[in-house]
Amino acid sequence: MIPASFDYLAAGSAAEAIALLAEHGDDAKLLAGGHSLLPMMKLRLATPEVLIDIGRVEELSGITTDGADLVIGATTRHAELAASALVAELAPLLAHAAAQVGDPQIRHRGTIGGSLAHADPAADLPMALVALGGSVVLRGPDGSRTVSADDFFTGYFETALDPGELLTAVRVPGAPGQAWGYQKFTRRANDWAIVGAAAAGGRIALANMGPVPVRARAAEEALAGGASPAQAAELAAEGTSPGEDIHADRAYREHLARVLTRRALDGQAG
Amino acid sequence: MQVKLTVNGEPRSADVEPRLLLVHYLREQLGLRAANVGCDTTSCGACTVLLDGESVKSCTVLTAQAQGQHVTTAEGVGTPASLSVVQAAFRQEHGLQCGFCTPGMVMAATSLLAENPRPTETQVREGLEGNFCRCTGYHNIVRAVLAASAAMTEGGLGEGGLRDSQAGPADQAAGQ
Repeated sequence: MIPASFDYLAAGSAAEAIALLAEHGDDAKLLAGGHSLLPMMKLRLATPEVLIDIGRVEELSGITTDGADLVIGATTRHAELAASALVAELAPLLAHAAAQVGDPQIRHRGTIGGSLAHADPAADLPMALVALGGSVVLRGPDGSRTVSADDFFTGYFETALDPGELLTAVRVPGAPGQAWGYQKFTRRANDWAIVGAAAAGGRIALANMGPVPVRARAAEEALAGGASPAQAAELAAEGTSPGEDIHADRAYREHLARVLTRRALDGQAG
Repeated sequence: MQVKLTVNGEPRSADVEPRLLLVHYLREQLGLRAANVGCDTTSCGACTVLLDGESVKSCTVLTAQAQGQHVTTAEGVGTPASLSVVQAAFRQEHGLQCGFCTPGMVMAATSLLAENPRPTETQVREGLEGNFCRCTGYHNIVRAVLAASAAMTEGGLGEGGLRDSQAGPADQAAGQ
């Protein structure tokens, strides 16, 4: 399968990428690792006329800290996240989630910013960022703004990114020693989650239980009120709106959400 | 557009369409046919090559994205007369049947062992999650990767030892 023709422009800096976005508007798409965009282009589900490659913009890649926060450049690849001692110390759930994305080849190419901007509700990193109470930094022609993960995902494959904005970094509150759990139920090794559950610091996020990665708020509130993990997990599917497909109907997804939430609250990483 | 990259150690300058996928550049412009197009959807791993030493699926990389980078294919790691340790281990352990997945398996295993020279069996199985084999049931492939690891990291069956032990049959194969 071969993508439709497009013009390829390699940005040398974040500012240049934003200027190119402004110049080309809706005809352009940003290319980082390309592991969400290129498959869609090969299927002609996406036919951008211009690709702006930010894959070699050094200022967009890397893992640092800012005060107590972990700050991750948008084009940091999953394999780097998974192998980072800093991420393992400050946000171990995120390091684990990055190691669950696809397979090794995909993790060598795919980027955290790309995965978040793509906003697949079944994906690992959106769920992980919601569970960790993280945020994203969005930069446009008029400056940068920070949007919480809870507010960033607005619909099925939709985010709060404005058309002229570039996701430049991801911020995660550092929490050394924090207990966490991560569960992902798949049919095959490198599949997306049929349902996923991630828990850390009293927050619970679910993958593929609606158009966006959602909080299991009823279960969170029960936990905060002193319920046991098993009791809280029984409420995990409340308020969710999972879709139905060849893998699972709604009732089965709700069952998985309860089971996986209980395992995640028990601190299991599976 | 012009793309400058290095393929199996040789500097190349290519005039390509931006949409040309790396696997098509390798196979059709350079005649390097080890990387196969299997699923064409980033799943099966038959097109796996190394990009700056790391395994990638070349059906999901634009040639343009390899600008300035080093690409290594199965042709670049060994020859029939001088197999790489991983290639020799696949032969020794009979880690293949039809052979279609094998170049991708070899490159994925090469990348895996570069990152983790002494993987456990579980780590080998997880490290090959991106490569499908529809013949072998994976058992001999896993054995091959473990044998390659042992050959590279444990004195007894050193790199040269394994390669030497395969030199005879490899030469015969090359002559056929």
